[in-house]
Amino acid sequence: MYSKDGENYFIVDAHIALWDARPENQRNIHGKQFIDCFYDYHRNLSPESELWSYEEYLYQGGERLMKDLFVDGYVDHAIFQPAYLGAFYKNGFAQVAEAFGLASANPGKLTYNHCFDPRQGEAGLDRLRADHEKMKFTGVKLYTAEWHGESRGYKLSDPWTYRYFEECRKLGVKNIHIHKGPTIRPLDRDAFDVADVDHAASDFTDLNFVVEHVGLPRLEDFCWIATQEPNVHGGLAVAMPFMHTRPRYFAQIIGELIYWIGEDRIQFSSDYALWTPRWLIERFVDFQIPEDMTEYAPLTTTQKKKILGLNAAKMYNIPVPAELQLPDAGETATGPRQPERADLAGAR
Amino acid sequence: MTAVQTERPRSGTAVTEEDIRRALSGVLDPELDEPITDLGFIRSLEVAAGIDGAEVDVHLRLPTSFCSPNFAYLMASDSKDAISALEGVARVVVELDDHHDSNLINAGLAADAGYRGTFRHEADDSLDELRWTFRRKAHTAAMERCLTELLRANASLSEPSVGTVRLGDLPSGRHKDALVRRRLAVGLPTEPDAVVLVDQDGRPYATGDVPMALRRARSTRISIDGNAHFCRGLLRTRYEGSGADQAHRPEGAEASDHHTLLPITVKEIHS
Repeated sequence: MYSKDGENYFIVDAHIALWDARPENQRNIHGKQFIDCFYDYHRNLSPESELWSYEEYLYQGGERLMKDLFVDGYVDHAIFQPAYLGAFYKNGFAQVAEAFGLASANPGKLTYNHCFDPRQGEAGLDRLRADHEKMKFTGVKLYTAEWHGESRGYKLSDPWTYRYFEECRKLGVKNIHIHKGPTIRPLDRDAFDVADVDHAASDFTDLNFVVEHVGLPRLEDFCWIATQEPNVHGGLAVAMPFMHTRPRYFAQIIGELIYWIGEDRIQFSSDYALWTPRWLIERFVDFQIPEDMTEYAPLTTTQKKKILGLNAAKMYNIPVPAELQLPDAGETATGPRQPERADLAGAR
Repeated sequence: MTAVQTERPRSGTAVTEEDIRRALSGVLDPELDEPITDLGFIRSLEVAAGIDGAEVDVHLRLPTSFCSPNFAYLMASDSKDAISALEGVARVVVELDDHHDSNLINAGLAADAGYRGTFRHEADDSLDELRWTFRRKAHTAAMERCLTELLRANASLSEPSVGTVRLGDLPSGRHKDALVRRRLAVGLPTEPDAVVLVDQDGRPYATGDVPMALRRARSTRISIDGNAHFCRGLLRTRYEGSGADQAHRPEGAEASDHHTLLPITVKEIHS
């Protein structure tokens, strides 16, 4: 819980990780390149007071995570979103067993989401069923740019991914978080395209699709599909820290999201350990749209409360004290529209 | 290869570093719609005199190891083409440094294997469609900048009414010049009576559809400006001193980019 100026904010950090990128766990040069890329994001977008050393960044462990989120960070509940990256790290990037153990020990504070790779075919489906039997997760995180043998990425619209979504349906796994990294094949087209989310969301209307980093670097494509599909949501992983170095850009991201998808489908996340939640929450509560951006209305306290926690709490049935709950807003002016009209308007 | 504009040095003189740099300034990052020379992507450039002509060695660098390999390849192969087209150049080596596909791309460039020869099963046909996608986005962003500038300057102008604004109605300046360039690049007319707000086939919108078309164009502009600055910033973080090789980009600039910008003032909430 974060309190400021007499207002109380229930905080759900909807995208966190417990990773191990230490050299002894790196399988090859790509393991180093991957964590170096994250560390450059961290160095480029963090205030100086929040910078970590490279060694701290490689591995945090459960104890530090609990402190950064729940002691220092105002977070009421956080959700693990593991990226496995078995092609880059010997024991995986996300520490699946450790995260599951930590969530089991702190069920009121942590939710464990799992991951799968549809390219593992039937064997992977069996594994998904067995893992679900053991871990009882209600959500999964999919990193579409994961490397797997000769393949360096997949799409949500691939037939095998659909098989996995059908299995998710049966198991009661309702929340699909998507991290759109560059999906390599075919290289002919834009690798960051989110059109495959559009297909999957239309065909699995009973599942929620949360597009992490709100589709960045393709915010425009994300807004367009999300406005057509009421079951598509936006996660603010990576977008949040722009508040510090690029506040005008951040204001436009939030302004566009509220215009296109409305205040009820946007979820806060620190993307821990890319960044820590404390400063992001403090600054977001203080944040306001610059005065000269007349195309956007000012952000309201209600909108901030929903984004910081209430929206994700609703999706995950996380109990919220009655006095902190808020009603949904009306539909945005942009939709959701009827599918046939959306498809016409969306012709590319 | 339309993204590359080559210029020939005066005949009879040796090729200089300046000539190479000028040739490379015609190579665009297709995603950010800017010359790679303005983005600081040239890591090093060497010109040596050989027996048959100049021998050129160029190293490129990108903001992360995981920048999309199709864009990485386009910039590297366009660079090689632009330099090879100069008169007096006998040999060109272009190498991309520190990328997850550096080995693959550099081997493909050295062998002149082309796009499909380089990426084999990961390539279907060509990268032309990818270029077109981003040329259209660049045009969309340029269109929005002009119309938003107009809306901000005229309080009496309503959003739906910008659907009938023509090129001749726009004030001259950087934004209009950029729009005309982008219209030429996507094959749209540039006469003064041409309607500014058009879809990708050049058709104007019905009045009722104008506000959403403008909003959609706005999200494209925000995306391109945001990416252009984030990529610049990441390059500076990754390669110390690389900021000196970057040109200032006024579109989407913030206080942290330019100390002369006014500090932002925030709105009051009345609720």
